[in-house]
Amino acid sequence: MHQFAIEPLFGSEKWQLAGYNIAFTNSALWMAIAAVALWIFVAGGMKRDLVPGRWQMAVETFTGFIDDMLATNVGKEGKKYVPYIFSLFMFILFANLLGLIPLPLAMVGIHAFTFTSHFTITGILAIMSFAIVLVVGFWKHGLHFFSLFVPHGTPLVMIPLIFVVELFSFLVRPFSLGLRLFVAMMAGHVLLEILASFIIDSSNAGVGWGVLIGFPSFFLMLAICALEILVAGIQAYVFALLSSLYINDAENLH
Amino acid sequence: MDMEAAKLIGAGLAAIGAGLASIGVGNVFGSFLESALRNPGAADGQQGRLFIGFAAAELLGLLAFLVAVILIFVA
Repeated sequence: MHQFAIEPLFGSEKWQLAGYNIAFTNSALWMAIAAVALWIFVAGGMKRDLVPGRWQMAVETFTGFIDDMLATNVGKEGKKYVPYIFSLFMFILFANLLGLIPLPLAMVGIHAFTFTSHFTITGILAIMSFAIVLVVGFWKHGLHFFSLFVPHGTPLVMIPLIFVVELFSFLVRPFSLGLRLFVAMMAGHVLLEILASFIIDSSNAGVGWGVLIGFPSFFLMLAICALEILVAGIQAYVFALLSSLYINDAENLH
Repeated sequence: MDMEAAKLIGAGLAAIGAGLASIGVGNVFGSFLESALRNPGAADGQQGRLFIGFAAAELLGLLAFLVAVILIFVA
């Protein structure tokens, strides 16, 4: 489980600000790497060729994808959320994928760190989406926003109960959003670590054991890495999709 | 039975939920594939809902894993 440890890279004594420790950790380093990689990716595709080259085509694929997703899920008002949802989707996608890079420097203690495998990070991303939902909902509709929790045509008798149930399910949304991404990332990396420990422990026990258990474990690791790349993409997409659906709930109350 | 053993047994029982979640996720994708083969033209339009259903089923399975992890490392 050492791969999930957050280590302050330059020590933590001198990094105090108003009583809080703001040391530069490996989590912050990988967030910076993801941001820089994303900036380079988008900057490289900012040409305006009528017949796009490969890089421009790749960037336009992603922007068009998010554009379509917001147009489908929110409608015409979705256009103003494209920057936020695009940044959210690409940041999480790059974070998940960068954590899967196999750096062969484990002996020196340098390893790829998936910063989305911590509930603190994914929780903040989920709180951001939820805060946008609340701000937009109350700004646009005022107290009429609470009609979101009473669907059309419920009998008068059931309104109190339905209201409470819907309110709870609404308040669970940021929690489930952050939890889904966090557990998916952590579970994948824990599984890879366990398979790697199989290879090492079986090889230490002898050549026979190493071949019998180590070889299948290695091929399983390859297959699970491929699956993890797919899961990285799917989890980023699901986070962005559910965020846009919740924004749709706030913009157009049902 | 001492605390540590009871926690590990509880974690093992909680992991059964992961197997149940696999049935749920398979159900979602299976229904989608079955109906997509009947009506391929309408399949692409419903892909968004496919992933929403997958996310919901997967989340509940991950909750089972979360309970197991809490029992081993936190409680």
